[in-house]
Amino acid sequence: MESREVIIHIEGVNKWYDTFHVLKDINLQVYRGERIVVCGPSGSGKSTLIRCINHLETHQKGRIVVDGTELTGKVKGIEKIRSEVGMVFQNFNLFPHMTVLDNLTLAPRWVRHMPRSEAEDLAMQYLERVQIADQAPKYPGQLSGGQQQRVAIARALCMNPTVLLFDEPTSALDPEMIKEVLDVMIELAKENMTMVCVTHEMGFARTVADRIIFMDGGEIVEQNTPEQFFNNPQYDRTKLFLSQILSH
Amino acid sequence: MMLPAAPQIKSFTPRPDLPPPVGAVGAIGWLRTNLFNGGFNSVLTLLCLWLLYKVVPPISNWMILDACWVGGPEMCGQSQGACWAFIWHKLRVLLIGTYPQEQLWRPSLVGVIFVLLTLATVSGRFKTRHLLPAWLFLPVLSFWLIGGGSVGLPVVDQSNWGGLMLSLGLAVVGILVSVPLGILLALGRQSSTGIIKPLCVGIIEPIRGVPLVTILFMASVMIPLFLPADMQINNLLRVQIGIILFSSAYMAEVVRGGLQAIPRGQLDAAKALGLNYWKMTLLIVLPQALRHVLPSLVGRCIALFKDTSLVIIVGLLDLLGMAKAAAQDQEWLGHNAEAYVFCALVYWCICFSMSRYGRSLEKRGAQQTR
Repeated sequence: MESREVIIHIEGVNKWYDTFHVLKDINLQVYRGERIVVCGPSGSGKSTLIRCINHLETHQKGRIVVDGTELTGKVKGIEKIRSEVGMVFQNFNLFPHMTVLDNLTLAPRWVRHMPRSEAEDLAMQYLERVQIADQAPKYPGQLSGGQQQRVAIARALCMNPTVLLFDEPTSALDPEMIKEVLDVMIELAKENMTMVCVTHEMGFARTVADRIIFMDGGEIVEQNTPEQFFNNPQYDRTKLFLSQILSH
Repeated sequence: MMLPAAPQIKSFTPRPDLPPPVGAVGAIGWLRTNLFNGGFNSVLTLLCLWLLYKVVPPISNWMILDACWVGGPEMCGQSQGACWAFIWHKLRVLLIGTYPQEQLWRPSLVGVIFVLLTLATVSGRFKTRHLLPAWLFLPVLSFWLIGGGSVGLPVVDQSNWGGLMLSLGLAVVGILVSVPLGILLALGRQSSTGIIKPLCVGIIEPIRGVPLVTILFMASVMIPLFLPADMQINNLLRVQIGIILFSSAYMAEVVRGGLQAIPRGQLDAAKALGLNYWKMTLLIVLPQALRHVLPSLVGRCIALFKDTSLVIIVGLLDLLGMAKAAAQDQEWLGHNAEAYVFCALVYWCICFSMSRYGRSLEKRGAQQTR
């Protein structure tokens, strides 16, 4: 499998919040078209790790290379990478003062300098794909949580990203709305989108992930295929986590 | 053997809404909840009614029933009530100061344009990107028309500008400049890089620490002392700059409150889409922040308009100054009250309109809150 193209290369990454060591010597390679699920207890550094990938957090030691561009403090490089790496947040973070359509066309128009009509066509195409085209003229506040999260996914897709990062996309949703969001994510996975997904949805991880990464205390404890991860975990910590999360 | 009966699935139908109990809504319900809810409030209501009974008739007698509406000083002398003929007689001075009568069309034209532009803005039918340039152009046009000095318009010295015209001019220019300046100061105060933050704090805090009167005195009296004799800036401009600085410091603090109310997730999302700092600020942060602080921002604008009445202490005669001066007229002595009531009415009309407009802007934005 060595011939596959590396999209995200993380090497010896360390990060501290003041004196608190959040990420400890993280090494990770993500290949094009790969679906990765990151799980672990809260405070284990999973969100921080994926926020480092598009430089919403800065790492203090080590290297992160995204699609051939190394993340350094240089502003130009960061904006280029951010426009190529899409991100979906736990709290959707739609812009409440804009309609759904404007939320989607914002980045294509202002970052990619796309003409308005073209951006709107593109946006409608993606809204169609997440099945909420009829909500385009509404404001985010008028939508349900599940609908908002699907809009957020469509907004990220409009930039035609090389990688999509998901930061606990279903954690803020009502139980009845989780499925509609997961369905969209499964669709994306089927289309070979490269995805890095922090989630506690183990069913999703089992069916979709190529690789599951388990983190604790700022370290990657274990990474494996879903089958091996669930049926044959290598570490006691992983076993404990799985027993906790699967028992309820 | 008997098979257990197939469990019957029940169907859930939500119950229909019922009307509220009688007496909770309508006129009686309103009276009960607002005026007579409890003994203490009932007493207060009755007390207020008695106070109104005592106060309203004398005021309305003075203002309307016994008032003298037309005629000269002699007629007014005989009437018991207010002398509105006096206001009518002094109206030109109150509105435009000692501006030469034969050039009256110039401020009138500016006034008409101002009213039309205000109506266009309030109507909400025009887009901001068309209105904003018009508002920015208005002071330039007004200055050129009222000041004169080119294309055959004779120069009218600034000492002749006064009355409501001066108040509105100072307020409009003050608002147009101090809102953007305040926003920049607020953004600068949030900045994490280098010298910008201490610089902005260094501007905002000293200005907020002194009263406007002090700033006006400084602008009017102190600055000429420090500047070389050949580099004098005229008094009106100095006062205007003083008002702008004072107001922007307050605007900055108001806007800062709005900036702090923006959730961090909004910034994350904007950055994650690849927007740079200025695009993020202009498209995501400011529209939301300004909407949050719209009530206080409108409040600051109203305060700014009212504060222009302080320019009287540095010798400029705005509406209030002119009213005071008019009441000193030998022919019309003893009409202070009418002059001040008139001023109060004008100020109230303008401020109340601003306040209503602010409310309507809030409502326009309210549909999007989440």
